[in-house]
Amino acid sequence: MVKKEESEEAGVNAAAALVEDKKKQIRDEWSACLTSLAETRDKLEFSRLYEYFAPRVKAYIIRFGMSPAAAEELTQESMLSVWRKAHLYNRSKASASTWIFTLARNQCIDRLRREKAVEYELPEEEADPDQRHYGEHAVLEQRMEDAIAKLPEAQAQVLYLSYYEGKSHSEIAEQLGIPLGSVKSRLRLAFSKLKAHWGENSEN
Amino acid sequence: MKISHHFDDATLIAYSSGTLTKGMALLVESHLEMCEHCMEQVQTSNRIGGDLLRQIEPLPMKSGSLDQLLGMLDSVETESLSEIAAPVTSEVPRSLAHYIGDDLDKIEWKTMGLGVQQYDLKLGGIGAARLLRIQPGVSVPHHTHTANELTLILRGSYVDELGRFQVGDVADLDDQLEHQPIVDTQQECICFIATDAPLKFSGIVGKLVQPFIGL
Repeated sequence: MVKKEESEEAGVNAAAALVEDKKKQIRDEWSACLTSLAETRDKLEFSRLYEYFAPRVKAYIIRFGMSPAAAEELTQESMLSVWRKAHLYNRSKASASTWIFTLARNQCIDRLRREKAVEYELPEEEADPDQRHYGEHAVLEQRMEDAIAKLPEAQAQVLYLSYYEGKSHSEIAEQLGIPLGSVKSRLRLAFSKLKAHWGENSEN
Repeated sequence: MKISHHFDDATLIAYSSGTLTKGMALLVESHLEMCEHCMEQVQTSNRIGGDLLRQIEPLPMKSGSLDQLLGMLDSVETESLSEIAAPVTSEVPRSLAHYIGDDLDKIEWKTMGLGVQQYDLKLGGIGAARLLRIQPGVSVPHHTHTANELTLILRGSYVDELGRFQVGDVADLDDQLEHQPIVDTQQECICFIATDAPLKFSGIVGKLVQPFIGL
């Protein structure tokens, strides 16, 4: 009986290792694709990257609080930056998805700052934005990368609110009804756990 | 340059997730130019975003989007290599030099009295971003912060309750701390300060100084 449990556990571990390998393969494949794009300037290579990343970048930008039309436009601009900047990509520093994430994020920030500058002059009443994405976390949680999925919910939640909803620490504190210091300490804990996990399992 | 004070990880997460104010993001970028340690940390905090991007439920693009973009590729220029970091040669990090020029002595400082001068970057939006120039021996009034305040030392040094801060160091403070920086050498101290809310000065001197500083 004990033996059976042990072999089941070994089976589960092996399966987890396989999933991890598979994810690493996907990561490496896109990083290789982006690296080769820089050399070849091959539009087919670019199309492959586009098919995979554009719909994800669009989903990310919408979560950041953009309208679908603006998200579509910003995604195009982000993907155009991928083409223009591919030769600056260095796979020893970041995976393709991390690099493309930072490009998309910068597009969002630039756009939001331009819009906010206008907003300050004309403050408007708006539906409570805190309620907008309510209930979507559960779906997302099932789709998280392993390391992030292993975090306690309170820590995963603050990461989501930062990365997926573009909320500042003060906004998160207000939304969750906790002190600013607690938001920061949750983020710090999450960060050190992820670093430890990724340290054993490097991105590149 | 030996840097001994770095950002809080929570601040780097806010930087990576794009949620810092413009001034605070500019300050983070300025420090990253000088600090390999924080640069490595940012690679990790960016990676959280990259992982989330792979995991997100994709939303299809409008049909024809790819073709539209492919049609544009031949006419766009690739980004020039000047983006690749050159070593910092001036006292002013390149990201910051874009706003204030690369010579701290040519800035149009405004005197606030009590041995302190300031220059407001006027970035707009939430919070404040400014340079402070503090004469030797001067202490900035005791103050707390309603939210977050980042400081990057560009020239000289100061000491406060947390220790000694020299060129390249950052102080990453929030509402938990009340501090009183004092310039501790014969050299003036110039620092770049970015906040996401006004500062609160405590005590009578603070009340006097507050209107002048307007932070």
